[in-house]
Amino acid sequence: MTHQDPDGGGDAPFAIDVSGLVKRFNGRTVVDGFSIRVKRGEIYGFLGPNGSGKTTTIRMLCGLLTPDAGEGTCLGLDIRRDSAAIKRQVGYMTQKFSFWEDLSIAENLDFVARVYGLSDRRRRVEEALERLGLANRRRQLAGELSGGWKQRLALAACILHDPKLLLLDEPTAGVDPKARREFWTEIHALAAAGLTVLVSTHYMDEAERCHQIAYLAYGRRMAQGSVDEVIAGSGLVTYALSGPGVEGAAAALAGRPGVEMVTPFGARLHVSGTDPAAVKAAVDGLDLPGLRVAAVEPTLEDVFIHLMRSATDNFAAS
Amino acid sequence: MKGGAIMSTRFSFARFLAVLVKEFIQMRRDRLTFAMMVGIPIMQLVLFGYAINSDPKRLPTAVLSADGGSPFARSLVAAMVNSGYFDVRAEVRDSHHLDEMLAEGEVQFAVTIPAGFARALQRGERPVLLVEADATDPAATSNALSAMTVLARQALNPDLTGPLAPLRAGPDPVDLRLQRRYNPEGLTQYNVVPGLMGTILTMTMVMMTALAVTRERERGTMENLLSMPVRPFEVMLGKIVPFILVGYVQVVIIVLAARFLFGVPIVGSLALLSVVMVLFIAANLAVGFTFSTVAKNQLQALQMSFFFFLPSMLLSGFMFPFRGMPGWAQTLGEVLPLTHFLRIVRGILLKGSGPVEIVGEVVALLLFLSVVTVIALKRYRQTLD
Repeated sequence: MTHQDPDGGGDAPFAIDVSGLVKRFNGRTVVDGFSIRVKRGEIYGFLGPNGSGKTTTIRMLCGLLTPDAGEGTCLGLDIRRDSAAIKRQVGYMTQKFSFWEDLSIAENLDFVARVYGLSDRRRRVEEALERLGLANRRRQLAGELSGGWKQRLALAACILHDPKLLLLDEPTAGVDPKARREFWTEIHALAAAGLTVLVSTHYMDEAERCHQIAYLAYGRRMAQGSVDEVIAGSGLVTYALSGPGVEGAAAALAGRPGVEMVTPFGARLHVSGTDPAAVKAAVDGLDLPGLRVAAVEPTLEDVFIHLMRSATDNFAAS
Repeated sequence: MKGGAIMSTRFSFARFLAVLVKEFIQMRRDRLTFAMMVGIPIMQLVLFGYAINSDPKRLPTAVLSADGGSPFARSLVAAMVNSGYFDVRAEVRDSHHLDEMLAEGEVQFAVTIPAGFARALQRGERPVLLVEADATDPAATSNALSAMTVLARQALNPDLTGPLAPLRAGPDPVDLRLQRRYNPEGLTQYNVVPGLMGTILTMTMVMMTALAVTRERERGTMENLLSMPVRPFEVMLGKIVPFILVGYVQVVIIVLAARFLFGVPIVGSLALLSVVMVLFIAANLAVGFTFSTVAKNQLQALQMSFFFFLPSMLLSGFMFPFRGMPGWAQTLGEVLPLTHFLRIVRGILLKGSGPVEIVGEVVALLLFLSVVTVIALKRYRQTLD
């Protein structure tokens, strides 16, 4: 595949470049002025609570939904005008398994190959089966597969037509850790080969495997950058407390000024806030003999819960 | 004995109430199901109570009177009208025209009063009075024909006065000949078996397509399909064509059974029938496709199919004579594709109708098909976004 093909926008520096996307459903603004730029070959993580507009944004990017406002390009093609051309070069993996459960693995792949009009269909299907280790299960019905195998089938089908961009909507939900790791190894291999990947997830370890991440809440982008940048940009300070009786201190700390979050991690307690002096004062105010206090780097999860709290819920009925 | 163990094995009103309340909430949420539960009984009440009549009256009749304005002929016709069974719609001049009207289903009865009827009657020669019935649906004609046998004598008796009075005592003054055309033995199978072709096609075609598309949406595979470069029309066509083939298999089975199990005569052209059949099958598939764009799940799709199937069975003339129904029910029946297809299939198989005789029904089917297809495609586009 050459990088100069005319309808592929081969020279555009960004695989995705959209700004001000808005989508409303029945008067509710589900996506509100969303903008991102994703470089070619990058793995871009999409994070945010349920209902934050991740799926809607992905659907707008691949032309399944028409944005109410905003514009931009996907692979150099206009997301409003060229949705048919975009569909041919994008692999979209839906959140819920959406292949035909009453077709076998090979039949599902064969169908996809036909719809995309692939010239050497049999060879491509065969390659995809081999690549994802599906070859000896080819005759198994998709409905009989476990979560991990279903996900492999879905990935195989999404990359069958050699897309330039993969849109993965919570691809690893309900998949065991081993299958998850294998899946991410495959994603990194694809990205190394030049594919751009946009992936939404709830897992922090997955977020840390992305080159760039964006955090969405209530349809708005709350943070963006590499994992380190997002953590640093949050301005959050965290203290890890340990020692006898530390579990009991959680309730006492929760209401103190400057304390935003108190989270137990096994025998430790993480206390976070954006005002370093106030958090320190709150921790020092505890009267616990044998208490150990250490300043730690906030985790991505701390940052996300912090961001989620600071976002206003524009969906809740007032 | 522990209290908890007893609690869990005995009937608990509180737990029963929990399930009951949950069911009522769910029932209220599924508005379409709720509407069907109320709508179907009402529809059945109206259809069975008001629309259906197994003793049809005022059946369209054409009269060919070759005896001019003889008083006897006039009395006869008047008596037929008075019986309530016959409604003289046309007086024709030649027997060819009379035959045509019967063949096209324009009239149910054709009455021929021969030339010299009055003279022959007066001489006691028992002239022939020919009543031909379109007996493709025996239920529609049998009562009228039995009424006819007593009618001829009663009608003429008042006119048989003076020198003609002796004729009143003897055998019937006229030689009444009843001809059940297209179905001389008045067998109901002749009517029902070809009709089944239409009913079975309606039921399976509407239901299958309604389910096939709803299933894609219910299982989430529709989203996947839409994210691929396949166009709505390609999806619709690809989904419909297999069912057209299924429809043809059904038809072949029914035609073979009609011919060899039930001995139904196949007078007309099966080639013509299979051409027209495409239209009818497509019309039903379009209805099913439209339902699938409205239904949220397969259960709703099934309910809507039933809602369409019920009036199709009752108002099309399949189960009960079409002409026995009141005007509003006939108008409703005319909208349904099954009504027109039944006329076509009975026409071709039993009467040997050709393209000319069925053109009106074909046009009606085409009209229905185009209206429903437009609705289906319009609705399908809306669900993309």
